[in-house]
Amino acid sequence: MRKLFLTLALMLLALPALAVQPDEVLADPALEARAREITAELRCVVCRNESVDDSNADIARDIRLMVRERLVAGDSNEEAIQFMVDRFGEFVLLNPRATGTNLILWITGPVLLVLGLGIAVLAIRRRKPGTETLNEAEEARLRQLLEE
Amino acid sequence: MIVELGHYALILAFALSLLQTVVPLVGAQKGWADWMAAGNPLATAQFVLIALSFAALTYAFVTSDFSVVLVVDNSHTLKPLLYKISGVWGNHEGSLLLWVLILALFGACAAWFGGNLPATLQARVLAVQGSIGAAFMAFMIFTSNPFLRAAFPPFDGADLNPLLQDPGLAFHPPFLYLGYVGLSMAFSFAVAALIEGKVDAAWGRWVRPWTLAAWIFLTIGIALGSWWAYYELGWGGFWFWDPVENASFMPWLFATALLHSAIVVEKRETLKAWTILLAILGFGFSLMGTFIVRSGLITSVHAFASDPERGVFILMIFAVFVGGALTLFALRSAALEAKGVFALVSRESALVLNNVLLAVASFVVFVGTMWPLVSEMLFDRVLSVGAPFFNAAFTPFMIALAIVLPVGAVLPWKRGKLGRAARSMTGAAVLAVALGGLVFAMQTGGSALAPIGVALSVWLIVGAALDLYGRSGRKGFGDRMRRMVSLPRAEWGKAFAHAGLGVTIFAVSAVLGWATEDIRVARIGESFEHGGYTMTLSDVTREQGPNYITTMGTIEVRDGERFVATLHPEKRVYPAAGMPTTEAAIDYSLTRDLYVALGDPQEGGGWALRTYVKPFATWLWLGAALMAFGGLISLSDRRYRVAAGARKAPAAVATPAE
Repeated sequence: MRKLFLTLALMLLALPALAVQPDEVLADPALEARAREITAELRCVVCRNESVDDSNADIARDIRLMVRERLVAGDSNEEAIQFMVDRFGEFVLLNPRATGTNLILWITGPVLLVLGLGIAVLAIRRRKPGTETLNEAEEARLRQLLEE
Repeated sequence: MIVELGHYALILAFALSLLQTVVPLVGAQKGWADWMAAGNPLATAQFVLIALSFAALTYAFVTSDFSVVLVVDNSHTLKPLLYKISGVWGNHEGSLLLWVLILALFGACAAWFGGNLPATLQARVLAVQGSIGAAFMAFMIFTSNPFLRAAFPPFDGADLNPLLQDPGLAFHPPFLYLGYVGLSMAFSFAVAALIEGKVDAAWGRWVRPWTLAAWIFLTIGIALGSWWAYYELGWGGFWFWDPVENASFMPWLFATALLHSAIVVEKRETLKAWTILLAILGFGFSLMGTFIVRSGLITSVHAFASDPERGVFILMIFAVFVGGALTLFALRSAALEAKGVFALVSRESALVLNNVLLAVASFVVFVGTMWPLVSEMLFDRVLSVGAPFFNAAFTPFMIALAIVLPVGAVLPWKRGKLGRAARSMTGAAVLAVALGGLVFAMQTGGSALAPIGVALSVWLIVGAALDLYGRSGRKGFGDRMRRMVSLPRAEWGKAFAHAGLGVTIFAVSAVLGWATEDIRVARIGESFEHGGYTMTLSDVTREQGPNYITTMGTIEVRDGERFVATLHPEKRVYPAAGMPTTEAAIDYSLTRDLYVALGDPQEGGGWALRTYVKPFATWLWLGAALMAFGGLISLSDRRYRVAAGARKAPAAVATPAE
């Protein structure tokens, strides 16, 4: 009974494949390293925030193989990436290009930092010692102390 | 019956939370002591009722009551007891119930331990806390009822998502929520202070420990989640910049900023408006995180559009609370005059710099997380923002923070000399550069990542030690050691937490810079070399677990002749949930983790096998633990215990120590 259950379950459910399969690995280590570098920056288009390099999905495997084919055919990294963008659109890039409206995304950090530091320095400078004024209670207390 | 009681208790708690919102607030405005005092029993009663409600739901899960829809969808009779219990919060409705339970707990704490607060402040805090509870309970009762009955109860349930059936993830949500929701305390105090128009050292003294407590829980929660991802997802990554992760990371960054600026309020009575703003934003990002996770908005715009009810409701809660608080801030913050003045070079300024870096880093994460959505809606440009962006855009802020930290930490209050503070850190700098250089020289090729990481971590850890040593007077070594031991615990907490950051930075750069990977087909009985270890795949067997079937590999690891470990990586299938998972096998040690994941059987025989050697991976969690431990020590500092003891005495008149 248990064996039957086991066999049935194994038949019904495909086991998860590991991300990069041994048969995908290129013989040339330099080329393989470049392939890994590229696939880490490509999105598995059907997954949630997973790179092609990490994903178990079939399409991720297809993309991994395609990238390797392009590299073996002599493409540069940029050409191989552009090849994927041409097919899947900008969506495939995990590292969005700093062009057009995306500039907003890329410059937000530096701009906010400069703004934040600028405002902070101005605010600290403005409250120089001496410009501090006493409130009413403190003035009363001061008068009281002076009278004593 | 018990389930209906739970439902009833929840509705009753909702009604009480409405009372808790209105009565103490009106009382504080009119100066009616009895109305103000009503907040305390209301907060206690609310907590008790929600706890009952939570217990009822837990009961339904433990007894596998399949007449409840939520139990049917998320449980199974064969599931181990631990996961029956964790199944309570492993879903949308149940996790919201946990959310409001913790919220009510914090509200009750403000009632139980807030006796030393001015009556009006306490009443207003409880009112704000009650209003948050009311909003979320309304959300539950009207859109996400956990107690819904099934019309036709099935014989068995659909099981909990197998990925969640794991000890690390069983405790991850409670810790995370204690952190998220703990920030509501700072928020309530901020809004109450804005209504009062007054922030003083006593306010800071209250807000800081509660922020610190929330921060400790958040730190532990995030670390647990990261550890889970490390061993469960099968390739040993520990941080993916996933929107859900970012949702917890943004409040953490803000909480970190807030607990630093609260020090300035407490000790120097300045930076008040800024601290209030941070408290509002910190909890605002918690709400935003809840919205992101619970609405499914980020996962897919379309998922959101198909079921917008919940998302819109949370968005409204977010808009009302954060928008309302910010409006109040704009109107009232000018009334919060600062007392202490400070120069551009001072501890205060250093903490402002810390705050700016953390806040901007958090906004970068926020913009990156929301950008795909914004870009698609406004510019019709469909794109992704993933790990490469965050690594590039976020890391510089952390590097800058690490560089300024040790010097900033030794600057005196009010006015300091940069040269003098920097000179006291000479030892740390020299050691950092030397060790970073050594690492750079030793590693062949490789990136600059690891040497920079090593230098920064040495700078932080030695800097923390030098900070303590520098506070121990000028007599002989023995005397200095004695004095160091008797330094206030807050000083030790600070040192541990800052060293913990150093350890984490070291671990991140070591794992990213030095991890090695091996992908191969291994036949049974075959041995291979990886990272100086001989690994032998000795067997692959099929086994039956309580509610899963597993394919389990046996791998023996030797270091030369010495036996190191036997590892059992698994591939599990959960028939009820119809979902496979990988269970990597890890041999943990202080200097390296051996990480093995089993793949598919190959056509020509043998199994796909991935092995990693990850140097110092354990230090990732060690660093987080050190940070949390530092927070804990700081929390036990005498001044908070004194404050807690003073609650029996009549409220002392706070005199600014100028």
